[in-house]
Amino acid sequence: MKSGGIMLRGKFGSKLYKGVLTAFLALLVVVFVFPIVMTTIHSFKTPSEIKSEMKPIIKSSDEEEQNNQQSIGEENKYVQLKLIPSKATLNAYYDILLAQPQFLMLFWNSMRLTAPIVAGQVILSVLAAYAFSQLRFRLREPLFFAYIVVMLMPFQVTLVPNYIMANSLGLLNSEWSIILPGMFNAFGVFLMRQFMQVVPYSYIEAARMDGAGHLRILLTIVLPMCRSGIAALAVLAFIDNWNMVEQPLIFLKDAIKQPLSVYLAYISEDDIGLAFAASVIYMLPAILLMLHAEKELVEGVQLSGVKG
Amino acid sequence: MDGINFGRRLLRVFRSDGSYAALFLIPSVAGVTLFFFLPFGIGFYYSLVDTPIDGKLVGIRNYIDLLSNNSFKRALWNSFLFTALCVPINMMLSLLLAGLLNGKVYGQRWFRLSFISPLVIPVASVVLIWQIFFERNGTLNGWLEAWGMEPVDWMDSESAMFIVILIYIWKNVGYNMLLFLAGLQNIPEHLYEAARIDGAGRWGQWRSITIVYLTPTTFFVFVMSIINSFKVFRETYMLAGPYPHQSLYMLQHFMNNMFQQLDYQKMTSAAFLMASTIVLMVLVLFTVERRFNRWL
Repeated sequence: MKSGGIMLRGKFGSKLYKGVLTAFLALLVVVFVFPIVMTTIHSFKTPSEIKSEMKPIIKSSDEEEQNNQQSIGEENKYVQLKLIPSKATLNAYYDILLAQPQFLMLFWNSMRLTAPIVAGQVILSVLAAYAFSQLRFRLREPLFFAYIVVMLMPFQVTLVPNYIMANSLGLLNSEWSIILPGMFNAFGVFLMRQFMQVVPYSYIEAARMDGAGHLRILLTIVLPMCRSGIAALAVLAFIDNWNMVEQPLIFLKDAIKQPLSVYLAYISEDDIGLAFAASVIYMLPAILLMLHAEKELVEGVQLSGVKG
Repeated sequence: MDGINFGRRLLRVFRSDGSYAALFLIPSVAGVTLFFFLPFGIGFYYSLVDTPIDGKLVGIRNYIDLLSNNSFKRALWNSFLFTALCVPINMMLSLLLAGLLNGKVYGQRWFRLSFISPLVIPVASVVLIWQIFFERNGTLNGWLEAWGMEPVDWMDSESAMFIVILIYIWKNVGYNMLLFLAGLQNIPEHLYEAARIDGAGRWGQWRSITIVYLTPTTFFVFVMSIINSFKVFRETYMLAGPYPHQSLYMLQHFMNNMFQQLDYQKMTSAAFLMASTIVLMVLVLFTVERRFNRWL
């Protein structure tokens, strides 16, 4: 009797706990996806609706207009983000994708910066990580520590020297001033080493006994075992570089070479109606990649935290 | 006979490792040297001379100048304050989320996905919404006034720091949550069973097993949170530009503006101080952690 009562209470308690827990998590989710959802919703509004919605915060240089704004009624004093567009259209998308090709060109710029960095980083990291994880050599520990230090540095720390380096190599205002340093990102080496350390040393030893060279061991034994590691690195490198803003601002002088991220960060009032659709198009590759390679992404992040 | 042969071959394998390592490492090391080690050395040199071209060595004078510079002092204090506030909040929230998502939860995958989505979203895509939300005439103030509260000039007052902390949390909680989740999943289940048999309650199990086993993860999360707190500059910069409200003016703003003003001495001195602090901090943390692991 008694134990049954406790069980009942326990069951009810755990149900209540689960309900409260789910509600709490759901509330947090609303906060977390708020910017993403709002951006997406606004991308379906007509550019003119967005412009009129944004009126309270668009800074107009015109004194007269500013005075006018202050005399507008209370309800127009603040931007009100409406959850439902008064008219849902694909107008903004049409403008971006077909009518105004410069958006696509900026998107293409982003691709042209990101793709070589991801490819280069994967190849270089795989090679270096093989040495760090499977070979025994004298400077291994101090060199690896140096890589970790490089990995931890904020961008601003190496900004001036990097700028001077790019300048003396004649790379300023060329994509290569961003692509080359990006390819040599130390994080990739660190992450690939974490994945490769799982490969037992005895496998390598046995293959060596059979006369296989290191390149062959890397290609036929280590790489197939680290497939998810490569995917994880590619995803993380893509996300990181797709998001870049500081480097292009400093290294690329021509507006025509800038990636879409820089354009979005400094979007002008005239284009504000299109900004949301452009934002959605810009985050789409990252979101698709996350959904497609969720497992690898999670694994990559988690393995970066396992110490070797 | 065979044994000797085997031994010799083994010896050869080990002996040749060094040269093979060099082959595999050369591309990466050359690049990292060219784009990081070498620039860093040049930067250190700049911090010791009076002007970048044909300068003479002035020792630590640039550093003394820097430490008496008021905007540097403000930037240093703000950076410190920001890190000291956002790192503990981030760690506690992410640990809480990991704890909640570790068991069986309805819709677990989607919750997890929502919390890591800010990690993958390019900031440039959402900065506009943030701006609209926190503007003086923005949505948040509209709500506040509708509820009969005083509107606040969020980005142009002391509260700007809280906005940026919020954005930092939004961006980074997912990363830490994943790390904590991995840590939680690595705790052997039989430990909890044993503790239950010994009569330990939830809190007892948490205290004697979870906290102890999560300590290495916590160290790493701590280091990464601090490092990521330095990277929040991108969001701050896009939200508030190069000269934000003074409560938001951080070391990165200082360095960025010194770069724009071509004051390389101040910038490289500041960069070197920051880098040294980071390296020192990491060394201390890892030493402490090693001690702790030995104690464990």
